[in-house]
Parts: sequence; C-alpha cells; structure tokens
Amino acid sequence: MNDADLHTATGAYVLNALPEEERIRFEHHLRDCAACRQEVAELSATAARLGQAVAAVPPPELKDRVLHHIATVRQEPPPVSGDRFSGRVRRRSLPRLALAACLAAAVAFGGVAVWQHQEAREARSAAQQQAAELAAVLAAPDARVTTGKLSDGGSGTVVVSRAQNRAAFVASGLADPPGDKVYQLWFNDGGRMRAAGTFHPARGATATLLDGDLGKASGMGVTVEPAGGSRQPTTRPVALMDFPART
Amino acid sequence: MEAPGVGRAPGPRPAGPDAEALLTAVALGDQEAFGQLYDLVSGPVLGLVTRVLRDPGQSEEVAQEVLVEVWRSAARFRPDKGSAMTWVLTMAHRRAVDRVRASQARTERESKAALLERTPAYDEVSEQVEARLEGQRVRRCLGALTERQRESVTLAYYRGLTYREVAQLLALPLGTVKTRLRDGLIRLRDCLGVTA
Repeated sequence: MNDADLHTATGAYVLNALPEEERIRFEHHLRDCAACRQEVAELSATAARLGQAVAAVPPPELKDRVLHHIATVRQEPPPVSGDRFSGRVRRRSLPRLALAACLAAAVAFGGVAVWQHQEAREARSAAQQQAAELAAVLAAPDARVTTGKLSDGGSGTVVVSRAQNRAAFVASGLADPPGDKVYQLWFNDGGRMRAAGTFHPARGATATLLDGDLGKASGMGVTVEPAGGSRQPTTRPVALMDFPART
Repeated sequence: MEAPGVGRAPGPRPAGPDAEALLTAVALGDQEAFGQLYDLVSGPVLGLVTRVLRDPGQSEEVAQEVLVEVWRSAARFRPDKGSAMTWVLTMAHRRAVDRVRASQARTERESKAALLERTPAYDEVSEQVEARLEGQRVRRCLGALTERQRESVTLAYYRGLTYREVAQLLALPLGTVKTRLRDGLIRLRDCLGVTA
C-alpha cells in the first residue's frame, strides 16, 4: 500500500476487513496521521451502530454464566497516571516488542499478533491487548520455557516469568475440542487445580496467557470442559506440565 | 416461572452517559455495575456475534468471552476516545471475525461459490433490523448508500469478509472496494449524525 492507499483504508480497518499484514501496516501509519485517527474514531462509532441494529435477546442463563465467570477473573490494573501504559510491566517498550516478535515467529503461533503498535491500541480489541500482555511474558528477561507432548499428539510449551508472576501456554497441533467444548487451563497448586481461563485452538498454534497469578503453582494442566469452563477439572488432562525450575 | 419481560427484546436503549459511568465503575471491580452494563450491551454483543458467526452455540460462547473480556479489561476503556458501546462492540466484532477466519483457514478458506451462497446479507439484515427503532434509523441510512456501497459494507461487517474477499466476490478491483467501504461508512456516519 502506498500513502494514498493507506488513507482510504480507514473504512476497511474499522470493519476489521484488512488482512493481518495490511492491518499492521495501517496501524503503523495511524501513528503519524492525526486525521486518520479522527476518522477511525468516527467510523468505529458508525460501525458500532450497525452492530446495535442487530441486537438479539440473550438467554437468561448467559448472564448467570458470565457473572459466575467474572467472579474468578482477575481484572487488569488501571493505567498509572502519567504513564499511558500499564504500570505493572512496561510491556510495550520497543525492544521487548521486537524480542516478542522474534519469539512469536520462533514458536510460530497463528492468529495472535504481538508486534502491534501502541499508538493504535484504542481502536484495537481487548483480545489483542491480551496478546501484548502475552508478549510481555514471552519477552520477560527471566522467562523460562518447558516443552512437552500432549496426550492427543500435539505439543505444548509453557513460558513462566516469576518476575511478572504470570505464565503462558503455547499449544501446537492441538485438535479442535469436540462439539461446543473448550480447552481450559489450570494452575496446579500442589495438586489442587485452580482455573486459569479457557481457549479455543486457532489454526496451527495457539498462545494463551493463563488468567491469574502464578502464586505457589508448581505446574499447569489443560482439560476439555463445557463452554464457559468448569470450576474443577471434569476430564482427564490432555496436558499436565511442571513449571521450569527456578534458577 | 419466568420473570416478566425476560422474553422481551432489550430495545435500543440509548447508550448515553450511563454505559460510560458503569464501565468506569466496572474498572474498579464493581460487580453490580457490571451486571447493569451487561443488561445494556449483551443484546447487541450477542446479536452482532451471531450475525457474523451464524452458529448459535459458537456465537453464545464468543459473546460470553467478549463479555468476560469487558470485565477483565475495563480499565483500558478511555471515555475521551469513544462511547462504551463502541468500545464493547468493536471488541465483539473483532472476536467474531477472528473466529470466523480461524475456522475458514481450517477449511482451506472458502471457495467463491461458498461465499456467494452466504451472501444475502443486506436483505436478511434489513428484515431483522426493521422491527427496531435503532434498526429503522440504521436501515434508512443504509438505504441512503449506493447499492454498491451498501453491498460492500454489509458483506464486510455482517459477514466478516476481508476487503479482498469482497473484491473477489463482486469481481471488483481491490482499490474500488476499499474506497466503497470508506465512502459508505462516511455517508452512514453523516446520515446517523455520529460524532466520535
């Protein structure tokens, strides 16, 4: 895309209609184009009206499930004033992002772009924000990695950063879970499993940040659970892995 | 026994300042505020996700993920950058599109024939949309677009197609589709009186 093309991409961008590579290039362009940022904000609000126009009636049990689920989900801390980015880790500093991108390429996970630009982040989804957090764990100076086979033939990699108190799981070759099931992650707190979020494998490989702090967990597991996840594992784990030893 | 009103459509309640205030409270861990915010946004979230994904089971799962994500990342919401509804629906659309593309990639991408098969986007949308006030406004404004613009915008937004897929489907040059998407949204913005 040349510059003129980039300017006209605002519409495709807010409709999430740019292929990955072009989206990244466009977000790069947004950094230097205040007029484009303004247009993106207005057109995003316009697209949202198209969404509101097709509102549906959610089944009442969805609310129960969501409210039940959030009680176990740790919220992200608010941004620290004076610092537009999160105070917990300087997760978007450039060297880290560059390193994260290399790591991302190394583990070749699809669907999650970690090398994004902070300038465009207002317009991005939280899913991608999570990718940035994931990148911070992958790029942490103290990150330790273990890889193992999964019971269904794929392989899993655990990345642990004790400094950040977080862990990430990268699966490759993982089969789709049956029906409306999902994969659920667990921290292994000395034999007690603690829910750490669910994921659905994307094409090729999937990287997921475990919800919650490492705490005293010595390892992690993955099970197949009904959509929305369970409070305790209800199936045999497809993976059980110990965290890498402290160094 | 169902509580009265449970089966009723939530309707186009104005997103207003309420949703912004609620989201700000949610960012501070207020679960009750989240419950109220849920009532405002869950209908649009589920409706939009379902429109893109089609499969009801998968749609509910993705809608649930999005709503939990709202809770998790509420602190990232910045009221000066847009409304709460826009923030939530941007996230919902992104998730739905990611999901539809991931499953498409698994089936080697859809053939042109398959794309054509699931094309009657606008008619279907206008039918469903008609019943609501917000829907009526949006429909009237969609009607103010040229047919070409409308076609491109609805295929991209409600079907989750990339502009390249839209171009392939309509046998148009890439640049033309990109321009139509932008011009269509600008016209829609002006018709709806949207300000960011």
